[in-house]
Amino acid sequence: MTTASSPLNGFPDRVPPAEVEDVELYHAKSWITRWVFSQDAKIIGIQYATTATAIGLVALVLSWLMRLQLGFPGTFDFITPAEYYQFITMHGMIMVVYLLTALFLGGFGNYLIPLMVGARDMVFPYMNMLSYWIYLLAVLVLVASFFAPGGPTGAGWTLYPPQAILSGTPGGTGSGIILMLVSLILFIIGFTMGGLNYVITVLQARARGMTLMRMPLTVWGIFTATVMALLAFPALFVSAVMMLFDMLLGTSFFMPALVEMGELAKHEGGSPLLFQHLFWFFGHPEVYIVALPAFGIVSDLISVHARRNIFGYRMMVWAIVIIGALSFIVWAHHMYVSGMNPWFGFFFATTTLIIAVPTAIKVYNWLLTLWRGDIHLTVPMLFALAFIVTFVNGGLTGLFLGNVVVDVPLSDTMFVVAHFHMVMGVAPIFVIFGAIYHWYPKITGRMLNEAMGQIHFWVSFLGAYLIFFPMHYLGLIGVPRRYHELGPTSFIPESAATLNAFITIVALIVGAAQMLFLFNLAWSIRHGRPSGPNPWRAASLEWQTPETPPGHGNWGDTLPVVHRWAYDYNVPGAAEDFIPQTVPPSDTAATGEHR
Amino acid sequence: MTAIIIYLAIVGSVVAVFLSRQRLLAKPWLEAGPEGVLPGTGPSTLAPATLALWIIIAVAGALFTLFISAWLMRRHMGHDWRHGLHLPHILWVTTAILAAGSIALHLAQRAAGEGPRGGMQAALAASWLLALLFLGGQALAWRAMIAAGQGVAASPDVSFFYLLTGVHALHVAGGMIALAAVTVGALRREPEAARDPLALCATYWHFLLVAWLVLFGLMLHG
Ligand code: HEM
Ligand SMILES: [Cu+2]
Repeated sequence: MTTASSPLNGFPDRVPPAEVEDVELYHAKSWITRWVFSQDAKIIGIQYATTATAIGLVALVLSWLMRLQLGFPGTFDFITPAEYYQFITMHGMIMVVYLLTALFLGGFGNYLIPLMVGARDMVFPYMNMLSYWIYLLAVLVLVASFFAPGGPTGAGWTLYPPQAILSGTPGGTGSGIILMLVSLILFIIGFTMGGLNYVITVLQARARGMTLMRMPLTVWGIFTATVMALLAFPALFVSAVMMLFDMLLGTSFFMPALVEMGELAKHEGGSPLLFQHLFWFFGHPEVYIVALPAFGIVSDLISVHARRNIFGYRMMVWAIVIIGALSFIVWAHHMYVSGMNPWFGFFFATTTLIIAVPTAIKVYNWLLTLWRGDIHLTVPMLFALAFIVTFVNGGLTGLFLGNVVVDVPLSDTMFVVAHFHMVMGVAPIFVIFGAIYHWYPKITGRMLNEAMGQIHFWVSFLGAYLIFFPMHYLGLIGVPRRYHELGPTSFIPESAATLNAFITIVALIVGAAQMLFLFNLAWSIRHGRPSGPNPWRAASLEWQTPETPPGHGNWGDTLPVVHRWAYDYNVPGAAEDFIPQTVPPSDTAATGEHR
Repeated sequence: MTAIIIYLAIVGSVVAVFLSRQRLLAKPWLEAGPEGVLPGTGPSTLAPATLALWIIIAVAGALFTLFISAWLMRRHMGHDWRHGLHLPHILWVTTAILAAGSIALHLAQRAAGEGPRGGMQAALAASWLLALLFLGGQALAWRAMIAAGQGVAASPDVSFFYLLTGVHALHVAGGMIALAAVTVGALRREPEAARDPLALCATYWHFLLVAWLVLFGLMLHG
């Protein structure tokens, strides 16, 4: 065991105490503080996840309505052009911010971080609770905008001024846009409180023996994404505040001189480009704020369900960190058509393509993990594999769009819609599904129904391709994005309409499959097969809790001690095909000789 | 966006230095630790609250820097930038008040550590007075601007004046909420126990001072 002691020499860091003093742990005193105003990260995680799913369902229904309009134009009178814009906007914003970000960081982050690093709870439980309630408030404000006079904003999820706050845009001069901006500001405040917790818990509350380089990649992904979010969301905050100023106080940060409804508007000299810079300075990192947790979770799912240690763990960690850093200097690839100095375009195209390198490394490592693995095609594994395929797919079209000359003609067509749905819509959603199938037994003590899971998977997987693959083609022949109705055009063939109808039907079927999934979630709480503490025979810490579901304080009387990384699968000479992180070397049959 | 990029580069370097001390070169797959030997897991010896404060400062710093970036960009966009704000003179006074508040908190923290209880209380009282005076002074500055016909929509640099002073004042107010909690604790319990929390408040006030100096300098420069 020479390797074990050598890295320790000259490394005088403190070894954390064996136990957190009891006073530090919050104890619920009543039903209300236990289940509603809970300060237990596990409950908060579930609250985040439930709220995000609920608002995500709204976004799903909006996508059906949009699809109905696109597939069968003229049939549904109740979907006016104004409403179509409102649906698009709310669908996009909800999906990106209120569903994906909240679910990955607030949901999985809260549930998994303390369990995976061996902590009893988040470091600041009270602030953690506040974080959730502010998030809920943000969601409610968002929902309120549906009922506001004039309806929600229809400015597109990018909220570009000047149109976002002009009368031509639905909700532009009413409360729709105001509620949207206020809701975003609240979301950011709430997230910052939670994010502080995730970061500090990872840095300061790890169990004994849990070095950073022994953490599961899930934690690395969520951790890095949180750091990014803490630094990127302020840009959205700034844009939202300045837009509110322009709208309510008549300033001209973003608003140029313009004529509105035949009258000269009160604004002068402002710059819509300024908004775009600020917005995308948040917007691009946002893609990776969603993707990095997905990367991490997928790595763990693959490793567990292929019974193989993750290939190139170190490289995976570095890649996560490097991607996180690089994603702050590519934002302007969203602005190729906004007009910019060609040198800038060149610069941003280059940085965009460079990100593909660490990303590709991750994909290779996943494949090498699978290579000769003992692959179990469980539902979580299926979703993880589906993620890899879909992400590669969306990533490849991203490489096209990253180049200025390709992007300019394709921008604002359905090709872009297909691209970003593949890479940041469908792919992360698959990971969320996989993660839920994987961790549900830990959360409830029961397995999700396998048959329903398989149906859910195959319908969603094949369906997503039937929906979004044809959209690439539609984009290539020039079908524009954000159009309520195409109308008579010379360059778009009749067949495009047929294709659109087909996509809509598949979208409805895929939507129905999600209902089956929700039913499964509810049904299995009572009727699922009891899972036992570790149904997947996984090595990472969260599966080694004394109770399932984990009790208050997670670890019973003593905190766990970590002796190894989270990926000891099929270690030669070991009695079982996995060695939990808590098992000391002397307890495995062959210590030291392995590999 | 140059300002924010430089800022993030600095934050990134701090993170990089931190990570470089975390044995990122370790090969975890080779190291099942022997019995009894636990690797230092490398959490810094900082208390969680201290670390939290620094993260808050980093995030608030990013926020201010983004506003500064917006200022620097907007400056060259459009022809309505006035280049030369007529700032009310009271801002010089409030700057001094803020600096004094920063010192007062520093003294309060020092006194909590050693001196008699009275010293800490006096310094705390002074800190509160100075914080309130600062906010009042900023409000007077707004009044002076409005009286001079420089309303919020008068010109973009004036709009920025309100925006920047407003955001900064909100951060001061937020700090006062934390200070209130610390004050209550300091009066109830041993002054000793208040030392660390007061030190955090002092650090935050130093940050507010630095941020203000940068913003004020920017506005003076035009
Ligand atoms: C069943 C799944 C989904 C369907 C059928 C669907 C459908 C659509 C449709 C029809 C549009 C409008 C296209 C246009 O006219 O421009 C759209 C826009 C959008 N969707 Fe989805 N979507 C789905 C899931 C998602 C997910 C999971 C995300 C998460 C990232 C997402 C994010 C967006 C965004 C950001 C927009 C752009 C909104 C805008 O243009 O302002 N969608 N989607
Ligand atoms: Cu991007």
